[in-house]
Amino acid sequence: MSYHCRFLMSMLLSLAPFGLSLAAAPLELTVLIREHRFEPAEVRVPAGQKVKLIIDNQDASAEEFESYELNREKIVGANSRITVWVGPLKAGRYPFFGEFHQDTAQGVLIAE
Amino acid sequence: MLATAILVFREVLEAALIISIVMAATRGLRGRGRWVASGIAAGILGAIVVALSASAIADAAEGTGQELLNATVLLAAVLMLAWHAIWMARHGRELAAQMQDVGRAVSGGSRPVTALLLVVALAVLREGSEIVLFLFGMGAGGGSALAMWSGGAVGLLAGGVVGVALYFGLLGIPLRHFFNATNGLILLLAAGMASHAAHYLIQADLLPPLGNMIWDSSRLLSEQSLLGQTLHTLIGYDARPAGLQLLFYALTAISIYTGMKLCAYRTPNPDSAASA
Repeated sequence: MSYHCRFLMSMLLSLAPFGLSLAAAPLELTVLIREHRFEPAEVRVPAGQKVKLIIDNQDASAEEFESYELNREKIVGANSRITVWVGPLKAGRYPFFGEFHQDTAQGVLIAE
Repeated sequence: MLATAILVFREVLEAALIISIVMAATRGLRGRGRWVASGIAAGILGAIVVALSASAIADAAEGTGQELLNATVLLAAVLMLAWHAIWMARHGRELAAQMQDVGRAVSGGSRPVTALLLVVALAVLREGSEIVLFLFGMGAGGGSALAMWSGGAVGLLAGGVVGVALYFGLLGIPLRHFFNATNGLILLLAAGMASHAAHYLIQADLLPPLGNMIWDSSRLLSEQSLLGQTLHTLIGYDARPAGLQLLFYALTAISIYTGMKLCAYRTPNPDSAASA
């Protein structure tokens, strides 16, 4: 059975190029993390479009970029950058936060 | 300290739930405590290595190294769980009968304990690496060491208590149904992990989401809540799943179920009686 399972997984993975070819010239936005806060803390993006978010952590400690609304979670190492793809999104508010410093690291992405 | 305790608790909880299911599924097996302990130890070592190489991992594969690692770790665990569930579908009844007759531990024989050992190690690795990164960060940020360690200890203890409670709850299931129940739990655990792996592959932009949000049940049951997070680990509950996650979930559940049915223990024939 594990062979079947592996076969299914590899079949699904082989679909990857189709997913990539659908992504046409995405919008790119950068959000900084400084002193455990997001800058800007409010990001506006067009609805219905795929967006490439770059999270640039300028602190000396790691952070986890997380959003339940966007269904995303990703570690950002100290002084490093990560890419997070989101969307296409319906118009609305999508809060995100830094899991390691939730008291200060709060932000929101607004799709409109 | 409270923030540390909560974060550590959340991470420990997921690993603790998985470990308690593994402990239940290996009930009656001689030396399983040692196996599970080695799994935890290997997981902690792995977590430290992953945390130390976090930046290198994040930069790998054009910035999708983290997602690929997580998805690989999850899918490896799915295969191990599937293997064990199907093996137990064949041998669970014999084991339960042996345990009832003898009333004590049975030897594992060819039982795939190593598969479950790996599941434990991978669960600890995934959750543990986040704890290590978080605590490193606190240390680097000049936070109070006492607050850090006491928060960590409280979180670890609280997560452990929930795991132990689940384990003893499971032991209450009558032995006749016991391995069917743990096998069902393992099937759902594996399906949930497959869905979580799909989530990472979408996040890395490797696979299409097939619908970003098929439903939104966050108002009914948020994943942030204790119950939501517990169900997330146990049965793969997701308040806003993508289509591909549902596909992975269904394919995994159906594959394991079919495997269990195909390999299920049939009326004894001389061969299987001899090998039992």
